[in-house]
Amino acid sequence: MNDALRLKVCDLLHENAKLSPETIARMLGEKPDVIEKTIEELEQEKVILRYSAVVNWEKLPVNQVTAVIDVKVLPQREVGFDAIARKIYRFDEVKSVALMSGGYDLQVTVVGRDLREVSRFVSEKLATLENVTSTATHFLLKTYKSDGVIYDDTDGERRLMITP
Amino acid sequence: MNTLYERLSPVVRHLPPSGIRRFFDLASQMQDVISLGVGEPDFVTPWHVREACMYSLEQGYTTYTPNRGLPELCVEIAKYLTKFGLTYDPSHEVLVTVGGSEAIDLALRALVCPGDEVLIPVPTYVSYKPCALLAGADVVELPTYAEDGFRLTADALERAITPRSKVLVLCFPNNPTGAVMDKEDLQAIAEVVRRHDLFVVSDEIYAELTYGSQHVSIAAIPGMRERTVVVSGMSKAYAMTGWRIGYAAGPEPIISAMLKIHQYTIMCAPHMAQRAALEALRNGDDERDRMVESYDRRRKLIVAGLNEIGLPCHEPRGAFYAFPDIRPTGLTSEQFAERLLLEQGVAVVPGNVFGDPGEGFVRCSYATSVELIEEALRRIRTFVEHLSYHPVR
Repeated sequence: MNDALRLKVCDLLHENAKLSPETIARMLGEKPDVIEKTIEELEQEKVILRYSAVVNWEKLPVNQVTAVIDVKVLPQREVGFDAIARKIYRFDEVKSVALMSGGYDLQVTVVGRDLREVSRFVSEKLATLENVTSTATHFLLKTYKSDGVIYDDTDGERRLMITP
Repeated sequence: MNTLYERLSPVVRHLPPSGIRRFFDLASQMQDVISLGVGEPDFVTPWHVREACMYSLEQGYTTYTPNRGLPELCVEIAKYLTKFGLTYDPSHEVLVTVGGSEAIDLALRALVCPGDEVLIPVPTYVSYKPCALLAGADVVELPTYAEDGFRLTADALERAITPRSKVLVLCFPNNPTGAVMDKEDLQAIAEVVRRHDLFVVSDEIYAELTYGSQHVSIAAIPGMRERTVVVSGMSKAYAMTGWRIGYAAGPEPIISAMLKIHQYTIMCAPHMAQRAALEALRNGDDERDRMVESYDRRRKLIVAGLNEIGLPCHEPRGAFYAFPDIRPTGLTSEQFAERLLLEQGVAVVPGNVFGDPGEGFVRCSYATSVELIEEALRRIRTFVEHLSYHPVR
């Protein structure tokens, strides 16, 4: 397994998932079939989980509320935090779950149509789970940058058209 | 009565106008042009460097600096150059200039007497010849060829030398060809240079942008340090073209002579830009290396694409330019560039503006996004295929 190549392929696809295997092959000086095979492996091994677009939803006519919730839980014998995390991430409303160090245990991101929907989810579904001891809900007001992408990036072409 | 023009300095009047100007004007009037004609990085200067400059302004660093440059910047430059095996005393052998361009001008003015010959391998960056002419030198161009990977050969140098030969100007990695001189190539050149007691002005502004091999400085070849001025700067490696911070390093007597001209004509390089350069040299290596990797990927993309189209392209081992051979189209460089621009909206620079042996080639900068490179390649393919149905007579 060529780890360096796998890393480079992931790096390029993470930056731009639309790159074709042919383009990636040229950029890395490899044969297209080698790249195709590498991508296939990465997909099968669930290293690459999905190809998706980074969307600035604020520019679309959708009603959507995002909440970031700090959740404290009681870890369980043998399964630690995993069992409770699994229970939480099964909900469709939950977009991400991460185990954190520090003042709380799980960081849960929930997306709903409006405040009421998100509040209801927290109070009725999340807070009532066994072993969840507390929740603190923060509503997201504006995204400036996410996963390395600046949302209102004004970096256009500033260079002169032709320079020596 | 003489016209005003006729009363101007004859040296300036006889300088050839920039060959790029016409294309710049033409391209600027057009819409939807993809430019592969830009000779600078497509990255904005890394934020930590910009931030360091703003902080320096907050701190009130708005004064002159010493003529030589900030002492701590000279120290960082000397420290940086050790990676190429070069050791310079930062307080006597380093000079911070307004871009590498100023360093080239200063070096030639310091070294050249009227009537001396300055040897310049071509095709190459456009400013050496005018600087040499302004310094009163006669210019001898040394053609380099695609067959040699556009490297200067010792033989070509030897044949051009006369009793008046004084300075050899080197620019490797080369703009526009992307050529790199390996250690053995430089050793052979150095042997000739030493034998004829020449000076070398070595513009190594693209030193960081080499692919698959480490840059070798001619000053690191035995017996060359005492006769070489190394010129470099922040522009290409750290994406800092607009800051205008370059430098020269060399033997104390030459640097002192350059410093003398610099202190009367320039005083010092901009203070806040020097502070930014300090930050880049101290903390900018990771970002620099990431940028180099990104150029390398795009380099491979464009070279493969041009070769597939039928425009043979030697492997450019440095800088960020591909220099394909467009002779299979039957067009001259200027015709190719002008028609490609007008018919397909892709701007490239005709190779002949970098010297006569550049005729038959065009310079394509790959310091632009992958999407634009791919679109430019599609358009060039359309252009070339269209030509082959309508051959030029």
